[in-house]
Amino acid sequence: MIEWLVPEASTYARDIDWLFTSIFLTVGFWFLLAQAVFFWLLFRFRRRDGVPAQYITGEEKAEKRWISIPHALVIACDVFLIAATVMVWRNVKQVLPPADETIRVIGQQWAWTFVHPGPDQQLGTEDDVTEVNELHVTNGTVYHFELTSKDVLHSFSVPAFRLKQDAVPGRIITGWFQPTTIGQYDIQCAEICGIGHALMPARLYVETESAHAAWLRDRQA
Amino acid sequence: MSHDTAAHAAAHGSVWRRWVFSTDHKVIGCQYLFTGMAMAVIGGLMSYVFRMQLAWPDAPVPGYGVVSPGEYNALVTNHGSIMIFWVAMPVLIAALGNFLIPLMIGCDDMVFPRLNRLSYQIFLLSALVLLGSLAVPGGGFGGAWTSYPPLSAKGAYNLTPYGAPLWLVAVALEFVAFLLGGINFVTTVMNARAPGMKASYIPMVVWMIIIASILFMASVGPLVAGAVMLLFDQILGTRFFDPAGGGDPLLWQHLFWFFGHPEVYVVLLPAMGIVAEIITVFSRKKLFAYNTVLLTAAGTGVLSFLVWAHHQFVAGIDPRMAHLFTVTTLLISIPIAEMTFVFIATLYGGSITFPTPMLFALAFIAEFLIGGVTGIFLGSSGTDIYLHDTYFVLAHFHYTFFPIAIIATFAALYFWFPKMFGRMMNDTLGKIHFWGTVIPFNFIFIPLFITGMGGDHRRIYSYENFPMQMTPFLQELRIVATVSLVILLLFQVVFLFNFFWSLFRGPKAPANPWRANTLEWTAPSPPPHGNFATMPSVYRGPYEYSVPGRADDYWPQHVAN
Ligand code: HEM
Ligand SMILES: [Cu+2]
Ligand SMILES: [Cu+2]
Repeated sequence: MIEWLVPEASTYARDIDWLFTSIFLTVGFWFLLAQAVFFWLLFRFRRRDGVPAQYITGEEKAEKRWISIPHALVIACDVFLIAATVMVWRNVKQVLPPADETIRVIGQQWAWTFVHPGPDQQLGTEDDVTEVNELHVTNGTVYHFELTSKDVLHSFSVPAFRLKQDAVPGRIITGWFQPTTIGQYDIQCAEICGIGHALMPARLYVETESAHAAWLRDRQA
Repeated sequence: MSHDTAAHAAAHGSVWRRWVFSTDHKVIGCQYLFTGMAMAVIGGLMSYVFRMQLAWPDAPVPGYGVVSPGEYNALVTNHGSIMIFWVAMPVLIAALGNFLIPLMIGCDDMVFPRLNRLSYQIFLLSALVLLGSLAVPGGGFGGAWTSYPPLSAKGAYNLTPYGAPLWLVAVALEFVAFLLGGINFVTTVMNARAPGMKASYIPMVVWMIIIASILFMASVGPLVAGAVMLLFDQILGTRFFDPAGGGDPLLWQHLFWFFGHPEVYVVLLPAMGIVAEIITVFSRKKLFAYNTVLLTAAGTGVLSFLVWAHHQFVAGIDPRMAHLFTVTTLLISIPIAEMTFVFIATLYGGSITFPTPMLFALAFIAEFLIGGVTGIFLGSSGTDIYLHDTYFVLAHFHYTFFPIAIIATFAALYFWFPKMFGRMMNDTLGKIHFWGTVIPFNFIFIPLFITGMGGDHRRIYSYENFPMQMTPFLQELRIVATVSLVILLLFQVVFLFNFFWSLFRGPKAPANPWRANTLEWTAPSPPPHGNFATMPSVYRGPYEYSVPGRADDYWPQHVAN
């Protein structure tokens, strides 16, 4: 459903889209059924001369079945959806695959700063490469990011990756992504952060390995 | 008649005494109602301004002008705050609770009438402080109705050094007003019921308002504490929520949502109660499984305290917590589904007619169902990663709040208007208003589900900086939503005309125009000060419609046999 509007550009994008579609089909079915029964009852039991309403208390066991059976079905769907959710969440947020590279992402009013480790593969050294409001990454590489903020809450959101994580001042939050599709995508701030909230877009470039290496050389020259 | 004359004498005196400083629960109810309606007009016009801005980002908004980013944030923030704290709560709980509780349980007033008046006065003050906060230097607060620190805690961050503290003071005053009101409601129902009014004979809407008041009182404490800390951060420079001083921004989120999620049920339950009253009357049916409804309402209330962190899946809490909150959140689908089944089962075997109040009550069920099922997408932590803070969330909660605060409220107003004001509203105008509200409503928010799935984030005054959000498809959806809103707002003029015209010119209402069972319909329309000519006794439950072997298809609670 989502990929119909926004491209999938990371490994877990398709997990999240699958979960979305599963929920859509599961609850969509019961939703349509409930609405159909509802409108049918309105039509079937509209007032007709000489036909009185029935006296049904709903307190007898046999009548309660009308509630308990749908209940059981709701619970069954809940169990399925919870299991599916747990799987997807673990995969996206909880268990991080080993990183090929770790970058730092810093939000502030109203810009994003991205720090790459540079050739020595160490963050916090001389050869770090810093960019503002642009993020260049290599297709297929597993990235860990260390996310923080300098002032207020921001949220690092890349819709095409199905990635979203709030940036909290005073904390460093680690997450991951692995790009799968070359192209340019939006990075948005998804947590209101003051009057510049809509003015802190950044651009994401997913590049081939050689293009990325060329870009890195350029930055260091 | 002696009671009547005495009441009449008490109600005499200046307009001042009778309307402004009255302690009559019905007058106070109406004061809440009119204040709530005025705030709804303001909140609605705010949504007009920011929706126009979103549809045509470069054009000045007709009647307003250019919307700056700061103004946009302030409009969104105050729209949300107003709709929840100054429309939904005062109308659904305070106005209806005040008007209905004494009448429905058969007593002459609240047990603490002066406390009741005080609660309204504090509420009015809170509304004035809020509106005042829009006019101070720096403008109104723009940090969203959730008011997350550190943004909300420091003038240097939010750039509204006066607007932010005033917003907070207004909200705190509003809480005080509702605490006082809630105490009154609960004690009144505990102590002042008419003879024979057993717990199982209390009408559902009264039960729901009581459960809602208890939920409110149980949830608001932590938030009041949080609000005091936030106010200290703002004006005294303490650092409860500032990590630079050892504080924690996430603490506020926990305090806020521990209150904020139950708050949804605080307004939902009275709406459910209204719908229960109305569909039983207009289908001439007994409410299906009264006891089960009560139990689930209470259960939902308890469960609603265990789900708050589903608002914080991506806020930086420990990722393992998400599983727990997914489970509790999805479990809420059970009681909510249950109440829907009960309504549907109540219609079965009925003799259904469709006057305006019934149309609104039925629309509540159909529309709220959409709000309910879309909540599953957000309760599931996995999909919430993508959907959090997008227009999908916004459409979802408007599909719950709009049915609650607008559709159910209209149902209640059309239904109880004859009792409140002693005159009938025009049913044809009511139906025009109904279709003019419900159809555009769907055309506002269905498109917003889709823009949300398309990646539109909330609280963005213009998407022009995000190339992927500026496709013609998404922009057209935004325009559809905005045009539908304008249509919806125009149809509210029909309602306002009908309401005020009927107030003065409508045909006189009989005491029981809908042939309903509950006690309020035994009092004259409108009920005098003191309510009942002779105090009623109660012999049965409120929903004995179409009882076999009786000539009438209703059997009022106070009729001995
Ligand atoms: C007249 C129909 C309404 C329309 C068209 C409407 C539209 C909107 C829109 C577009 C936003 C978000 C704007 C943004 O994020 O940039 C919003 C926010 C909000 N609305 Fe409404 N709304 C309506 C009625 C209501 C009602 C009846 C309620 C509740 C009782 C409500 C509660 C809220 C809340 C809580 C927010 C969030 C505010 C925030 O982000 O701080 N709205 N509304
Ligand atoms: Cu930001
Ligand atoms: Cu932001």
